[in-house]
Amino acid sequence: METILQEIGIETYLYLSALLFCIGVFGLLLRRNAIVMFMSIEIMLNAVNLMLVAFSTFHQDAAGQVFVFFSMAVAAAEVAVGLAVIVAIFRNIGSIDVDQLKNLKG
Amino acid sequence: MNITILLILLGAGALATYGAGNKWAPKVALGFSILTFICALTFVNQHNSSDFIVKWFSNPNVSFAIKSDGLALTLVLLTTALVPIILLTSLNKEIKNAKSFYALVLFMAGAMVGTFLAADGFLYYIFWELALLPIFMIGLFWGDNSTGERKKTMMRFFVFTFAGSLFMLGSFIYLYQKVGSFYIADLYKANLNSTEQFWVFLGFFIAYAIKIPILPFHSWQAKTYQFAPTVGTMLLSGAMLKMGLYSVIRWQMPIAPLAAKEYGPVFIWLSLAGVVYGSLVALKQDNLKKLMAYSSLAHVGLIAAACYSGSQDAITGAVYQMVGHGFVIVGLFYCVDIIHSRYKTIQISDLGGIRTLAPKFTSLFLLVLVASIGLPGTFNFIGEFTMLYGLGAQNISYAVVGGTSIILGAYYMLKMFQNTMLGTTQQKPFDDVSWSEGFTLILIIGVLFYFGMYPKPLHDLIAPSIAQLNVYINPIK
Amino acid sequence: METTFVLLLLLSPFVGFLSALFFAKNKGNLAGYIGTTAVFVSFVFTVLLFNQVNTTKNPIHIHLFEWMQLVDFKINFSFLLDQLSLLWLLFVTGIGTLIHLYSISYLHDDENRHKYFSYLNLFLFFMILLVIGSNLLILFIGWEGVGLCSYLLIGFWHTNQNYNDAAKKAFIMNRIGDLGFLIGIFILGYVFNTLDFVELKQAVIAGNAYSQLEWVGLATLCLFIGATGKSAQLPLFTWLPDAMAGPTPVSALIHAATMVTAGIFMITRLDFMFDLTPAVQDLMAYVGAFTALLAATIACFQNDIKKVLAYSTVSQLGLMFLALGLGAYQVAVFHVITHAFFKACLFLGSGSVIHGMHGEQDIRNMGGLRHKMKTTHITFAISTLAISGIPPLAGFFSKDEILLVAFHENTLLWIIAAIASILTAYYMFRLLFLTFYGTFRGTEKQAKELCESDGFITFPLVVLAVLAAVGGAISIPGNSWLENYLKPVLSQATEAHHLDATTLTLMATAVVGALIGLGIAFFKFIKREEVPMTDDRIIGFTSLIYDKYKIDEIYDFIIVKPINLLGSFGKNVIEPNLSKMIFSVDAITDSLGNQGKKLHNGNLGFYLFAFVFGLCATVYYLFFIR
Repeated sequence: METILQEIGIETYLYLSALLFCIGVFGLLLRRNAIVMFMSIEIMLNAVNLMLVAFSTFHQDAAGQVFVFFSMAVAAAEVAVGLAVIVAIFRNIGSIDVDQLKNLKG
Repeated sequence: MNITILLILLGAGALATYGAGNKWAPKVALGFSILTFICALTFVNQHNSSDFIVKWFSNPNVSFAIKSDGLALTLVLLTTALVPIILLTSLNKEIKNAKSFYALVLFMAGAMVGTFLAADGFLYYIFWELALLPIFMIGLFWGDNSTGERKKTMMRFFVFTFAGSLFMLGSFIYLYQKVGSFYIADLYKANLNSTEQFWVFLGFFIAYAIKIPILPFHSWQAKTYQFAPTVGTMLLSGAMLKMGLYSVIRWQMPIAPLAAKEYGPVFIWLSLAGVVYGSLVALKQDNLKKLMAYSSLAHVGLIAAACYSGSQDAITGAVYQMVGHGFVIVGLFYCVDIIHSRYKTIQISDLGGIRTLAPKFTSLFLLVLVASIGLPGTFNFIGEFTMLYGLGAQNISYAVVGGTSIILGAYYMLKMFQNTMLGTTQQKPFDDVSWSEGFTLILIIGVLFYFGMYPKPLHDLIAPSIAQLNVYINPIK
Repeated sequence: METTFVLLLLLSPFVGFLSALFFAKNKGNLAGYIGTTAVFVSFVFTVLLFNQVNTTKNPIHIHLFEWMQLVDFKINFSFLLDQLSLLWLLFVTGIGTLIHLYSISYLHDDENRHKYFSYLNLFLFFMILLVIGSNLLILFIGWEGVGLCSYLLIGFWHTNQNYNDAAKKAFIMNRIGDLGFLIGIFILGYVFNTLDFVELKQAVIAGNAYSQLEWVGLATLCLFIGATGKSAQLPLFTWLPDAMAGPTPVSALIHAATMVTAGIFMITRLDFMFDLTPAVQDLMAYVGAFTALLAATIACFQNDIKKVLAYSTVSQLGLMFLALGLGAYQVAVFHVITHAFFKACLFLGSGSVIHGMHGEQDIRNMGGLRHKMKTTHITFAISTLAISGIPPLAGFFSKDEILLVAFHENTLLWIIAAIASILTAYYMFRLLFLTFYGTFRGTEKQAKELCESDGFITFPLVVLAVLAAVGGAISIPGNSWLENYLKPVLSQATEAHHLDATTLTLMATAVVGALIGLGIAFFKFIKREEVPMTDDRIIGFTSLIYDKYKIDEIYDFIIVKPINLLGSFGKNVIEPNLSKMIFSVDAITDSLGNQGKKLHNGNLGFYLFAFVFGLCATVYYLFFIR
């Protein structure tokens, strides 16, 4: 059986994943809004997830897909905590610009 | 009875002092220190020089080894004799949190006694570092609070000496790799070649040069003496720097005799440079404690030179002088302390004319001073004579350069004496010495003059063990 | 028995020292009586022991205990009382007694009298120890001990810092010599493995020294340096004139009669050693001769009564060293003894004058004292005649013998010594005439209160003047008791000079020389009644001599200043920089930490950047470099 993977090749998945990851990285570096940075992190995470799934199919090994489920679950938890932190910060300083978050500097 | 009882006594004394509370602490500490001294004296009388070894760890091969030959006993006797005297000098003073203070003093005495007795490199190193802690705390918490420099000075003192000791540790570890034991007798037979010996020697040298101190390593000394409380200064100069000198004789020279022979002159000249330099700088000091610190640098430089010469006479003289210098410097610092307790200043330029106001104190001060410049009849003369004789036998110029200390020493000491004690009076009242102060000073002076006239007991104690060590220091080819 | 005697002789002044110090405070003259008695006891025992040794001809050895032990040899605490040390003891304790007696009156109103007498007793204790020590190290205890007492006594009036300076200077210059002495002792120890005089002598006689003559030469040179310190010779003589800051009896006892002769004693003790090294002997003779001349010229221009006497002492000591250098030890000893008599008398006389003049020491403000101070005048005049070498007084014989020896050995030295003697006569009579003759030049008040001192002062003067007059009898040319007496202790006595034509001619020359000096002084100060100029009018070469050839200033410039500069340099430049350098480790750690701190600036963006950069770098390394 010819899967979609064989049809378009693993490379395309890898390129997409790398692209998504880079978008995430640049978003993280260039934006200062905590929510946007958060989203960028999620994009990076998902880029990795995509690659894991792609390789999992390529190697005919389910372990990769299991990992993806894990990481999605962890990411969801992380988002919950992270958003809560951001809300708390907003309540404290009235902004979610990370440049203003320097209270912990030594 | 075993000589470890001294360690146990001092340790127990420290605990008891701490437990006795602030009011009774000085008396308890004094009691224990006197008891220890009496014990040490009995050991000396019995000539109990049996070695004592208990296995401690099997890997690394460490044992709890004690060696109490005449050399070690002399230094132990010096320490245990000085501690009661030093405690006596502090009895009339208000010391906050006295229980901790006195406990630390006894603890330090214990560590020093341990250093002198230890015959296992590992044990020795532990005691060596253990002695540093209490004096650091004494300086840090009870030091002269008038300026903010105290903390920095003490910190530097600690880090400097501690860092120096690490080089010694390096040497010990290297020796252990070679020999497989830390026991002193094994180390003596290590059979290193001369390159190895040089590095081992150098490692030891850095640790000892900082502790003694020898010329370019003395930067910690003057200020530490200045800011530490007088009791701390006395412990440091009277007893603690003898640890370094003792170790040169006990550890450094016999373990690396080839390096000692080859590079000895370098170290001797370095030490002698300290003699001249210390005297010159002492000449210009205005602070009495700093002056004593530099005078100590000069005196100790001569002792170090004698130790490094490896000559049997010079080393015997060095041990004499360790004892003599220990008493003299404690006496001198006590005199400074007495002046400080009356006038609240020890700047020479603020003083003068004390002789008119306090003739007894002046006489006692003069006697200590006379001993410090090595007038014949005092024990310091015996020490200086023997050292210079031994040094001169190797190279007469050592004796000449080392001998300049008798000129320069007289110069700075008499200059200081003239400017503080003689001249016109300041019209400020100066109470003459009290009974306890006079007693303490007379005790010190008595010891110095007694052994100055009759040094035979000490000679009989020291000479045999120096002769034994001489086998390792000057091996027959 | 002997041991007891010697111990009593030695310890009596020490007991006196302790009891005067502790029990005689505020007790009037008690301290003086204690001190005098203590020394007198010593004197009595000295006489007893002297008689014994003089009859039996056997020196007394006393061994007390083993003092120091070196690897190669032991140093005993033991005494040797032979002819030489007993001779010294006789005049030390004898003159000491007289001077103690004198001091009772001289210091009768000083509140610290008890200290004065205790120090003086302590001095005698150390002096006796110096003289009776059986080895060099015991001698050295005494040597340094008298130095300490000299320090204490010069600075006796300790509220005056100038006096304290003088005391300090004396001690330190002596210590320079002492270092030489110590080195000399060391070398003798290395060469002979003993420091005992008797054993050293045996070793030298046995010929052990010849293989190491250079070392022995170095040793004697060092010992000689030690002697120049204590006996105030070039180049270490400048402390002695300053030492006149002390009370006058101290100057008489310590700085004229006894302590300053210690160097001569030591060299005479070791004559066998010095005989081995002619080069050092020559040096000694020249140093002595030049010191004699130099000090004599300075003395001619001094106006302080004590300073004149001090320079005169230096000059006379120079003559003694000349004799020592020429190998004429018994001549030097002879001059030491006669000098002790007349110089002590002169100093005590000057003390009497100062006492009478209420502290005035400048001879320009004196004159005509002979009417009011008869005893002082007569004794002073006798001693002046003696020191100038007018026969038949003591100084004539001793000085004449020195000149005689010099003439036989070295004409140049003889000329120098002869000039020095002429100058001696001149400055001494100048002093005598200016002080006691002419008209009184002091204040009205002084003139009114001027009177002869009491019996405590005049008695020692009379005794010493008598001794100064007849002391020469112990060694008259041709029949010298002293030479026979000292024969057993001196290794090679110079041959006795017979009364031949040369000798007589020389004697006559010496007397004529002395008379020339006297004559010039008489002409200037009696005939023309000249008075030395005031300080501000002295100019030119005279002022150079008046300022003691500026030797003090030169020493100050080439030694004291550089030492102090080096000290300041060490304190102000080396010390801070050294600790900066050593503690630069700490500074480096500090600055590293500070740099690192900048990375943690709290900027989240920067952290992320670093994070990503690190990731990229790792990836780059893993995939492209490895």
